[in-house]
Amino acid sequence: MAPYESGNTSAEGPGAAAEVEDLRAGRRRAARYVVPVAVVGVAAATIGLVPALADSGDPDLPKISAQELIEKIAASDVQQLSGTVKISTDLGLPSLGGVAGSFAPGGGPSGDDSGSSADPQAKLMELASGTHTLRVAADGPDKQKLSVLDDAAEYSLIRNGDEVWAYDSASNEAYHATGAEHAEKGDKAVPEDVPATPKELAEEALKAADDTTSVTVDGTAQVAGRDAYKLLIKPKQSGSTVGAISVAVDAKTGTPLKFTLTPASGGAAVVDAGFTKVDFAKPAASTFDFSPPKGAKVTESDELTAQESQEFQDKAPKSGEELEEGLSGLKVIGEGWNAIATFEMPGGQGLPSAGSGDAAPEAQQLLDALGDKVSGKFGSGTVFSTRLVNALVTDDGKVYAGAVTKDALVKAADAAK
Amino acid sequence: MSQADETAVLATRSAPAAPPAPAVRRLWTLGLFRSELTTTFRRWRTLALLGVLAGVPVLVGIAVKIETSDGGVGRGGGGGGAGPAFIAQITNNGLFLVFTSLAATLPFFLPMAIGVIAGDAIAGEANAGTLRYLLVAPAGRTRLLLTKYATTMAFCLVATLVVAVSALTVGALLFPLGELTTISGTRIGMGEGLLRALLIALVVAASLTGVAALGLFVSTLTNSGIAAMATTVGLLITVQILDQIPQLHAIQPYFFSHYWLSFADLMREPVYWDDLTRNLGIQAVYAAVFGSAAWARFTAKDITA
Repeated sequence: MAPYESGNTSAEGPGAAAEVEDLRAGRRRAARYVVPVAVVGVAAATIGLVPALADSGDPDLPKISAQELIEKIAASDVQQLSGTVKISTDLGLPSLGGVAGSFAPGGGPSGDDSGSSADPQAKLMELASGTHTLRVAADGPDKQKLSVLDDAAEYSLIRNGDEVWAYDSASNEAYHATGAEHAEKGDKAVPEDVPATPKELAEEALKAADDTTSVTVDGTAQVAGRDAYKLLIKPKQSGSTVGAISVAVDAKTGTPLKFTLTPASGGAAVVDAGFTKVDFAKPAASTFDFSPPKGAKVTESDELTAQESQEFQDKAPKSGEELEEGLSGLKVIGEGWNAIATFEMPGGQGLPSAGSGDAAPEAQQLLDALGDKVSGKFGSGTVFSTRLVNALVTDDGKVYAGAVTKDALVKAADAAK
Repeated sequence: MSQADETAVLATRSAPAAPPAPAVRRLWTLGLFRSELTTTFRRWRTLALLGVLAGVPVLVGIAVKIETSDGGVGRGGGGGGAGPAFIAQITNNGLFLVFTSLAATLPFFLPMAIGVIAGDAIAGEANAGTLRYLLVAPAGRTRLLLTKYATTMAFCLVATLVVAVSALTVGALLFPLGELTTISGTRIGMGEGLLRALLIALVVAASLTGVAALGLFVSTLTNSGIAAMATTVGLLITVQILDQIPQLHAIQPYFFSHYWLSFADLMREPVYWDDLTRNLGIQAVYAAVFGSAAWARFTAKDITA
């Protein structure tokens, strides 16, 4: 048997060896694919872990009271800074971009041939929805620059002394205003329409702080690579749609670095604006120099046609008063966070209802789809809601609006009856 | 590829292999690279691709010139923001034609050309039956693959520079040159403008390395050059479409094409680096992943053609 055995083995030998060889080669081949898989793993781990590691560990700062922190903000005299701001707004509206433009006073871009796409008011309304990257630079009270970074384009608003320039690089159009009045207006356009920098946002929030509000220091955080205290502002009253406002304040300079407004209903922040980079050095002087490029279409603010300028005069500077006159009797009910503005619809009529026949059925359907029908002691009406602001339009033409819940609106309407 | 072409290719192929000089291996590698370069750039299809790419700035330039010649202050599209980036500034400064042309070709023309070259790299050789001759030479598969990738990258650079130089020439001929305004509204001199144009061209070329690695990997999977090119270009189009769907925003930052247009950030003052570094990082990851996948596949593959 032995020879047969050996013969067998010797006969089998090469075949088995080749099989083993094949298997090994196969394994070696498979082993090569470990390399790309490992590369994917390392890349995924890096993407996942690096931000987590960088975030970990809130800075260790000495304890401070809310009062001291607010004083720190008030005492802050940062005149020079430059940085990048990321602002995300989620009001729960479908898309504000186009609609908001037409709401902007002083001529939106819609259907207005002579309107310039560089007009600051129209442009800044765009910031009210979505996520935007902004750059801010400031050097003293006379020189500021705010840029909105778009894809392969940029919108810049530059103030240098009493010159205000706005430049839209996508359409190569510029908007120019001079003189104290306009300069002031251009300056004001930013905080009033959309508070753009964390500082302005924080000031707005702190203005509202009184006995209706709880203000606490809520630990520390790292913002834009700087150590910061977190100031937490919460309404004490119930019925407000505002959940909490959190402001991160730079521990060294007292400059607000990040502003977050979360709704009471939970979910993502309604407004989240914060520096991603900040530098307190003096920005280069050339940052604030602007002269329109050759061939750019320049709209002078006082170069508008006579009629338009009349409109401009009527609307823009006095828009508040006009609004009040137009919407007979603007009143504010309640105080603090639960303040509700109430006014009559122009013409003293409610929204067209299904039976009245003065609205196209499609429009009626649209209105119904947008709002919720409610009724109470006041009668009945429609509530239009966003994540922050709710408005109740009653059938007899009264409007109640505020950053409060639907129930609070109905209650206010009942009380007003 | 015609019969004559193939013979020519074979002749070029055998040239470096004929005098094997193992003593000077380094030089030999460069020899392989050089022969690959000449083979690639002598192909009619490569020259045709470069010709098409060079034609894009000419078309854009002439179109803008015609549209603005009668109207005085002409603006592309009227609405502002229509058309490729920077198109509104071309009439005032020819240098902007470089940026517009790169913005116009980067989403499709350039990567398509890269896809053709990269897809053809291995599969094309296999298809033409020249791959085994290449491997007969003691170069090793890894080195051949590296050479192929280097050649594709060289093509990325050449293709981008062809677009840029053609655009600069057309821009200088049709439009005035001079001091230019960055998109942030500040002014820079002509010299710095040219420097930024060069930087932008380099960034655009680097943006294509990811798709080049992808094409090379696809090329190792098949023996049909056409199939490899079609797959690469198909993948490119698919990714470009997926990048437009808002519901997919969570995964879009990981697409190789997502940050391509970030080269425009070089025209801001100061330069906004965030997206640029993200773009280069994504390209490096794609090059590493698909480069090593191509290596794993190619070094383990049975070469039958």
